[in-house]
Amino acid sequence: MAQRPFKQVMTGQQTFIDSLRRWLIPFGVVLLILFAVIYPQQIDKQNIWNLFFLICLHTTLSQSWNILAGFAGQTSLGHAAFFGIGAFVTRTLWLDETPFSLAFIAGGLAAAAFAMLIGAPTFRLRGAYFAIGTLGVAEVLRITVSQNVPFISSMPGPLMASYELAPRYYLALGLAIATTGAAYLLLRSPWSLGILAVREDEGAAQAMGVHVLRHKLLALALSSFFAGLAGGVFAFQQISYYPSAPFSALWTFDALLIAFVGGLGTLAGPVIGAIFFILVRQQLAVTLVEIHQVVFGIFFIVIVLVFPGGLVEAWRHLRRVRWPKRTT
Amino acid sequence: MSIESFAQTLVFGVFVGGIYGIAAMGLALVFGVLKMLNIAHGELLMLGGYATFWAFRTFGLDPFLSLGIAIPVLFLIGLLLDRTIYRHIVRQLGEEKIKNSLLVSFGLTLVIQNLAIWLFTADERTVQVNYTGGGLNLFGVAFPYARLISLAIALITTLVLSYFLHRTYPGKAILGTAEDFEAAELAGINIHRVYMMTFALGASLAAIAGTLVTVIYGISPSIGIVWTLKSLIVIVLAGTGSILGAFPAGILLGVVEAVSGAFIGSTYREVVGLVIFVLVLILRPEGLFARK
Repeated sequence: MAQRPFKQVMTGQQTFIDSLRRWLIPFGVVLLILFAVIYPQQIDKQNIWNLFFLICLHTTLSQSWNILAGFAGQTSLGHAAFFGIGAFVTRTLWLDETPFSLAFIAGGLAAAAFAMLIGAPTFRLRGAYFAIGTLGVAEVLRITVSQNVPFISSMPGPLMASYELAPRYYLALGLAIATTGAAYLLLRSPWSLGILAVREDEGAAQAMGVHVLRHKLLALALSSFFAGLAGGVFAFQQISYYPSAPFSALWTFDALLIAFVGGLGTLAGPVIGAIFFILVRQQLAVTLVEIHQVVFGIFFIVIVLVFPGGLVEAWRHLRRVRWPKRTT
Repeated sequence: MSIESFAQTLVFGVFVGGIYGIAAMGLALVFGVLKMLNIAHGELLMLGGYATFWAFRTFGLDPFLSLGIAIPVLFLIGLLLDRTIYRHIVRQLGEEKIKNSLLVSFGLTLVIQNLAIWLFTADERTVQVNYTGGGLNLFGVAFPYARLISLAIALITTLVLSYFLHRTYPGKAILGTAEDFEAAELAGINIHRVYMMTFALGASLAAIAGTLVTVIYGISPSIGIVWTLKSLIVIVLAGTGSILGAFPAGILLGVVEAVSGAFIGSTYREVVGLVIFVLVLILRPEGLFARK
């Protein structure tokens, strides 16, 4: 096939489009945040607050998983462990009359500390050891917590009386923004090259002088810290729950599915994925009730096997298809 | 602690360990040959347990005899899963392969578990046969019949598998493929058939383990992930290349769990396996029973 002549004339209109494009993303981000701040307040309904809260919580959890698996290439199958530790520590300290802000930070730090404990021995070895280790930590913690603290944790009366959803939602929103912001800063920092190199080829990165273990641990520390904070938000919002509930493997699965639906290793992926996932789940849980998890599971398998790029990749693909038509 | 109760703890640890060994062997076989980690192995075990349970419930079949049903059923399910899902992953290479197998089988765990809840309800089911309560009593230590038979089945399965892998042509083809799939292919082995058969064989081993679990503990849809975890710990103990080493490693885990559980309290028993996992990785990452 003869090559088409490459012809691209820089017109005034096109440079305008280019500059528009450069501002489009920051503009869109600001718009999205404004919408997330103002809209629920305007509607002011219980289910809207809840919906937006869930989206923010899942964005945080999934973005934290994305930092580890999407950027550093380390598959954690036990993110629920960090989420659960955060929830457990925050809840325990908070109901023990510690100021919430302190309990909240302590939850994140406890999760990160625990992550180091499993990361340090498993990251030295290649292969699936880290995945096995995290899966093990999550399950063992779930079983141990359910056996030792089998009773429902309920908010005491005075706290219940002053319970309001709005501040909880804004905390979750702030955390989602902070997590995504941290992921953005990480990508722009000098650390990012090392982290991405570890993902692409560990051996080559090592040969180039990248301290592989240190980069993996950095990604793990950030990831587990934010996952722990997400757990803290959960503990702050839930009126009553079984202490073992946040350790359930379902939380890990939600984080995985969202990251894959949105686009693994991209900043926007977890945000888009979380919006998509929560909205769809809201519908499916009503119509399919019991087997909606089965549908999600099959959906996840298909994405991993057939379309690992997710929605972000699909969007890029669409643009790539459209562009040549316009330029020629 | 008296000497009798200590001996009893040891004996029960060995009984449990035999099941750990069989559960882990199927996973180790699939991992060793297909080089992918099937997190859904425990769910296959659970399905095998249900096959036994329903054979018992509908036909009144003795749970140990119903292995004759559970094994073929899981063999077919294994074939089906390999054809629909794992076939696509086996083709991939290196890190990508193991990562995708982890992700996909993690998703599959959710699918199978929720299907089981939907089909069989979340209730815990048990199998009661007339020899359930009985047992031998030697020097004040009880040996329940059901557990003795289970251990015997586990041992026989290990021996048969060992004979199959080392003494027959299909078995040697499996081991050859595990060692070097390119050389195996050059030698005229149809490695894709080997992969398919190995996966189905792994599922059959899960069926045996599931049957033993059903007889001794009872079964519910949520047990899968716990058994996956035990199997993974046993594999790390045995060394990731070792298939038959899973049996002694399983017994070791069972005994260590039982003894430490007796000392630190049963509610923290699960932690022991995790500690062992981390210790082995730090001190001897190639596994305790791995040959250099």
